[in-house]
Amino acid sequence: MTKNIMIVGVGGQGTLLTSRILGGITRDAGYDVKLSEVHGMAQRGGSVVTFVRYGEAVAEPIVEAGCADVLIAFEKLEALRYAHFLKEDGVLILNEQRMEPITVLTGAAAYPEHIVEDLEKEYTVFKMDAMEEAKKLGNAKVFNIIVLGMAARHMDFSKEAWLSAIEKTVPPKTVEINRTAFLKGYEGA
Amino acid sequence: MLGNEAIARGAYEAGVKVSAAYPGTPSTEISENIALYDEIYAEWSPNEKVATEVAIGASISGVRAMASMKHVGVNVASDPLYTISYSGVNGGLVLVAADDPGLYSSQNEQDTRCVARAALVPVLEPSDSQEAKDFVKTAYEISEKYDTPVILRTTTRLAHSQGVVTLEERQEIEDKPYERNPAKYVMMPANAIGRHVYVEQRMNALAQDGCGFAINRAEYRDTSIGFITSGIPYQYVREACPNASVLKLGMVHPLPKKLIEEFAQKVDVLYIFEELEPVIEEQVKSWGIKALGKEIFTLQGEYSANMIREKVLKEDLHIKEPAKVPARPPILCPGCPHRSVYSVLSKLKIHAAGDIGCYTLGALPPLNVIDTTVCMGSSISTLHGMEKAKGKEYVKNWVAVIGDSTFMHTGVNSLMNMVYNQATGTVIILDNSTTGMTGHQDHAATGKTLKGETVPAINIFNLCKAMGIESVTEVNAFDTEALERVIKEEVARDAVSVIITKSPCVLLKGNVFPYKCTPVEDKCKKCGMCLKPGCPALRKKSDGTIAIDETMCNGCGLCEQLCKFGAIERVKG
Ligand SMILES: Cc1ncc(C[n+]2csc(CCOP(=O)(O)OP(=O)(O)O)c2C)c(N)n1
Repeated sequence: MTKNIMIVGVGGQGTLLTSRILGGITRDAGYDVKLSEVHGMAQRGGSVVTFVRYGEAVAEPIVEAGCADVLIAFEKLEALRYAHFLKEDGVLILNEQRMEPITVLTGAAAYPEHIVEDLEKEYTVFKMDAMEEAKKLGNAKVFNIIVLGMAARHMDFSKEAWLSAIEKTVPPKTVEINRTAFLKGYEGA
Repeated sequence: MLGNEAIARGAYEAGVKVSAAYPGTPSTEISENIALYDEIYAEWSPNEKVATEVAIGASISGVRAMASMKHVGVNVASDPLYTISYSGVNGGLVLVAADDPGLYSSQNEQDTRCVARAALVPVLEPSDSQEAKDFVKTAYEISEKYDTPVILRTTTRLAHSQGVVTLEERQEIEDKPYERNPAKYVMMPANAIGRHVYVEQRMNALAQDGCGFAINRAEYRDTSIGFITSGIPYQYVREACPNASVLKLGMVHPLPKKLIEEFAQKVDVLYIFEELEPVIEEQVKSWGIKALGKEIFTLQGEYSANMIREKVLKEDLHIKEPAKVPARPPILCPGCPHRSVYSVLSKLKIHAAGDIGCYTLGALPPLNVIDTTVCMGSSISTLHGMEKAKGKEYVKNWVAVIGDSTFMHTGVNSLMNMVYNQATGTVIILDNSTTGMTGHQDHAATGKTLKGETVPAINIFNLCKAMGIESVTEVNAFDTEALERVIKEEVARDAVSVIITKSPCVLLKGNVFPYKCTPVEDKCKKCGMCLKPGCPALRKKSDGTIAIDETMCNGCGLCEQLCKFGAIERVKG
């Protein structure tokens, strides 16, 4: 069976790094993997989506509506935007961060209230304010690895495999902090 | 491997010796990866026409050469393309063109296959990263065997998807001897007449031989449904209908007619599943073959497996309605120098004829500065046309805005035209020392090459001066006072003038940000001036005062300059 993972967030939040770690771990485990990313215009603060699919033999590189096993959302509004991509028994991994899009900042639209509550009514949600946790660890940038740690619970790889995939992907100087961040998410607060 | 990385690897394995390109999403990473191979000379050219001509020269001299570009780049390159189609090649010549169904990062959704048909050039289209690499090699074989340039067509989804790729060694291809041959390489009427006949024969031969090419593959399974498809849509067919029969075309132009007729006969219902224009469909139907295509599939956007499940299998997918949420369009980064320039233009209520780059985002609220955007280089000539239509006074609350890379691409021609035809008008060159939009590529005015060598940079100020423009002014993009003064002066002038606003892109490697901006709450008068330029690091709190997100702020100081009450401080961070 092909497993469908989606990472959604705001351009610049580090979705590419996260998907590359995922790509690495699935490849090392011997799966066929396809990964689809967004480059260019949308990386400038727009809504971005990355797909990772792994299994015996993977055909299409994207995850379609109603098909995601795990939806990793780095931002609340983006979680809401893509929640319908989840399958019946899919899980939503949510970073409880609020980033107002320009349409909200200029007053043209309102940022929806009660996003988390609404999502919890319809989906299985695991949430954390990873940005706060990352700041506590002394590096706000690693919040995405904390979120990845939470998501890792819902995929079939060992903790050691994750740590080694992280080590291979992040810049050498940041291995230690990224390990700590991953474990924070993986083992819970 | 990313599709684009795989194409670069394919070029390496195929023994390519020269690669030239101008960046453009989704093709940029091809050149960036080719540049990593010492065996290949690789350059950023100023535009796609130049890049294609560099590759043509290399091919004529006897080596394998590649030019790569995004779909609209093919328009710029089409002049040499249409004619090198007649001349053909010596060393193999491949042009990679990256289409963008779904418009992820482009100004239109054109289909390169239409250009290729008009230019009489064969097109190969891979379906995944492995094929992307392998098809590059096939493309060179076809190019040399059939004496033709070959287009390798990709799409955003292929270019930016990763898949597993098996690597092979580089083939050492011997240089072809060069022999003077004006009948083939000098395209003047008498020679071109003869070559046109050859070109038509070549395309016929390819259409026939294509029936036997391994890259055109009939996969017979259940024959009650058959699909003709290619590229990424092939994967959607496999995903949605793993048991259906498929004719997978690796060469989408010219079409292998016999193979298609045979396939059509063996299946009960035939679907043609191709993104964008009905290029395959119209030809197939013109042969009297019954098929379904654009009657049920879209002309716009990307396809999907769900599209087949819905339209072909008539499944009810039970997909939940997407939530209604505010859009999140891309925006200028915090600390972007373009925002500073636009805040001044917006204050002065000046309209801008815009161009293509990150700075196109100045068309959106809250800045609303840019009124027009067509294609690269068009800002300057559009302004010129307005002035010629309506007179000098009309353009005195207008400027043209153009990025440094875009200016070097084709803007420079338009500026020459303003000088030559005695125009009035102000051109603002937004010089952030890089090609920002496509992810920071160097160009002739940055002083670095694609291979990372330091070279003399073309000085934009001197270039404008050399054209004979008297008023050329350089201003720091973050000095809003100076900007306001200079812009007012220049738009009032009865002449062509240039303002070069300078400050490097915030995302440029090696940039350091010693400052942060922080609000001083008790001084805030809640006037909202600081919010006007729409910096995403600033947010109005419920009490009307301002919060600045310290993880986003790059300390550019624009908000501090805009605050008349000292309620924002710029401090060492
Ligand atoms: C013919 C053509 N080639 C390439 C592109 C892709 N592209 C879009 S904007 C741009 C250049 C942007 O650089 P610059 O003008 O310096 O502005 P910046 O993004 O740095 O603000 C490029 C290469 C295009 N749209 N059209």
